[in-house]
Amino acid sequence: MVDAAVDVKIAVRDFSVRYGAIEALRSATFDIRLKEILGIIGPANSGKTSLLKSLNRMNETDPAFRHTGTILLDGQDLYRDLGAQQVRRRIGIVFAMPLPLPISIHDNVTYGPRMKGEQDKRSLDELAERSLRDASLWDEVKDRLNLPAMKLSGGQQQRLCIARTLAMRPEVILFDEPCSGLDPISTATVEETMVRLKEQYTMVLVTNNTKQAARVSDRVAFLLMGELVELDRTAVIFTAPSDRRTDDYVTGRFG
Amino acid sequence: MPSRLGVAGLSSPGIEGSRMPLETSGASQPWRRALRMQRLAMAGLFLMNLMAVLPAILVIGMIVFRGLGGLSWNFLTTMPSQGMRAGGILPAIVGTLELVGLTTIFALPMGVLSAIYLTEYARENILTRIVRLAIVNLAGVPSVVYGLFGLGLFVVFCRFGTSLLAGALTLAIMILPVIITASEEALRSVPKSFRDVSLSLGASRWQTIRHAVLPFAIPGIMTGTILGIGRAAGETAPILFTVAAFYLPRLPKSLFDQAMVLPYHLYVISTQIPNIPETQRYGTALVLLLLVLSMNMLAVVLRARFRRKRQW
Amino acid sequence: MFWRSLKERGIEAAIHVCGVSSIALVALIFVFLLKEGFSLFRSVPLNDFLLGRSWYPISDPPRFGILPLILGSCWVTLGAILLAVPLGLGSALFISEVAQGWAKEALKTGIELLAAIPSVVLGFVGITVLAPIIKHVFHLPTGLTALTGSITLAFMAMPTIVSITEDALAAVPRSYREASFALGATQWQTMHRVLLPAARSGIVAAIMLGIGRVIGETMAVMMVTGNSAVIPNTLLRPVRTLTATIAAEMGETVRGDEHYFALFAIGIVLFVISFVINVAADLFLHQERT
Repeated sequence: MVDAAVDVKIAVRDFSVRYGAIEALRSATFDIRLKEILGIIGPANSGKTSLLKSLNRMNETDPAFRHTGTILLDGQDLYRDLGAQQVRRRIGIVFAMPLPLPISIHDNVTYGPRMKGEQDKRSLDELAERSLRDASLWDEVKDRLNLPAMKLSGGQQQRLCIARTLAMRPEVILFDEPCSGLDPISTATVEETMVRLKEQYTMVLVTNNTKQAARVSDRVAFLLMGELVELDRTAVIFTAPSDRRTDDYVTGRFG
Repeated sequence: MPSRLGVAGLSSPGIEGSRMPLETSGASQPWRRALRMQRLAMAGLFLMNLMAVLPAILVIGMIVFRGLGGLSWNFLTTMPSQGMRAGGILPAIVGTLELVGLTTIFALPMGVLSAIYLTEYARENILTRIVRLAIVNLAGVPSVVYGLFGLGLFVVFCRFGTSLLAGALTLAIMILPVIITASEEALRSVPKSFRDVSLSLGASRWQTIRHAVLPFAIPGIMTGTILGIGRAAGETAPILFTVAAFYLPRLPKSLFDQAMVLPYHLYVISTQIPNIPETQRYGTALVLLLLVLSMNMLAVVLRARFRRKRQW
Repeated sequence: MFWRSLKERGIEAAIHVCGVSSIALVALIFVFLLKEGFSLFRSVPLNDFLLGRSWYPISDPPRFGILPLILGSCWVTLGAILLAVPLGLGSALFISEVAQGWAKEALKTGIELLAAIPSVVLGFVGITVLAPIIKHVFHLPTGLTALTGSITLAFMAMPTIVSITEDALAAVPRSYREASFALGATQWQTMHRVLLPAARSGIVAAIMLGIGRVIGETMAVMMVTGNSAVIPNTLLRPVRTLTATIAAEMGETVRGDEHYFALFAIGIVLFVISFVINVAADLFLHQERT
């Protein structure tokens, strides 16, 4: 049952990444579909994070970064047709460690919009409330928005980071191993949030935890040593993968 | 031979080595000799350290002791009269403060912007290496050569004459390396993740610096600047030809006026004017010393306070 | 939106300009020294200037040989370094390897205090306290001698030597110390057989920068070395250094006369010396890190 009428949000074509002499990703070609959760799994150093960071041009903070190939967002080339700031406003990212800035909760969430130019206090407050609700954090912080964000627990901080990303109203959200520093309860909350957000956003999730990928994603891509080995629906990848290597990784024969 | 970790130094609290060496009754001759050398060496090093530090304390103590008597309200707040034999040193104090304030206005923005360039924009190439070399050189140029430079460029070529302006510009260039180094260190101590977060939310490079880096580097920049100010306040040679005057019974009114300044004043009354009472000379030294040392102490205190309050 | 990006472009341009301004400033200093100093060499050949044995700028005809000044600077520097290097290295070793807790903090603060005292204040103390002592101890006609200058300057160079040596010692990996102790060495043996050789290039840089500090010092040395521009053959006589000459005689010159140019020429010499020392020290410091 191939959906011929499926919408492609991001198209990756023959994309390769190098840092200096080290090749991190080799000729990756695949689609990311509108409003799906695409999981990316694979062992360490397989190129998952390089791929993810290429999607919102965060790789460019590394001076040794080089790339070939194209990535199209709604048909426009991310690197050639759009500016980096534009791309990052439309494709947000949540990092592995919770990274709140040492400012208040409210200022953290409204950071992106303020940089974009939004100054109206009431709009910012509304935006903050909406984003914190969507990130399942509003109830816990609604009466202490001016407190330093660093005082929140790890799980709360990570949800704050999600709220911060949501406040930019992006079209795509990237998650780079978002639960790696969190306890199981916080992990469950973040995963629930991700599934709920699927109604409005397209999401890409990089994770070391294959079970998490199985729980949350619609489709899963398996990367090994810089190569995209296989991409298919979650159920297929985990029960009947076509490639032997995928099967080995998923069943734990190596990792 | 069993291994011994951490041998005897001196056994006083706070100095490592309250442990005594293992029993030497069964030990060999070379080992006993080595132990003896060790104890001698530790004592020697301690003595050297003491000899290095004691003079500072003695000097400060002596100036305080002999100068305190000359420090009266009159001394500090009245104008000099009778060719410096009576009255106070108010214009020298005011001159120093004005000069130093002006210096900071010139040096701070340029120093911070240079540091921002080095940490956020410069790449690891030959140009950057040369810039760093230039900064090291600026720090090493003898102070009297700065005086000549200030004379040649600001006093003569720019026609500012001997003035607060010329002096401040000269001093500003002189303390630039201090501010740049301190600011660079402060900027580098801000975690890289702050920059990443800001960029990932769509901020531009300058916005990131302005909102996610600079505010958190300000404490370090401030302490560096205060240290630079302390340095500038005590310098004599750069201002000898660019601003200093000896006896001006009025306060400087404009940027283009000459001014009396404390270090130059101290120099003249200790080498060229006889018959100035000793308490007055020590008093002047004390005022200068207090000014400079309080700046240093302020910087140290601020640095400790910010380190404690830091949230990351 | 447009104005913001324009303003940003302007700020980033200013940052780039400031960034490379240090190079421009060094060049500017050199150019202005050259502008005035070079005029001397129209009337006085370079050889006579650098190697001439008489500095009589106000005699008729004036003589502009700076050899006595160079030698004055050398003697004072030599004396200062002989005193400052052992004390400085010893202090750095003690502070970094032996002292702990409050004692370490106190000693570090002591060194910082020493560094903070302005040179004119040290010169003042030198004149009022040190010179009479030297005069008394050595039975001299005056206490303003090269020796007085050396002692005073030694304490000005010490903080530089101590702090750079401390950095060099801290850069030696802990494993060196641990390996040495594990082989049964005492702390002193570790220090002079393992640590000092390992930190060698940093220590050389520290000494060079200390030398640079001493050569470049003006006020303290001007106040305590007497001011006699004769070629010295002992530390117990007054001397004149390059730096003190400029400071002391500039007031007596007329802008544009030969004496004026000569003082700028001395400035060129000092600039070149400090440039060479700084570049060399920087090379040594970088060598150790790679």
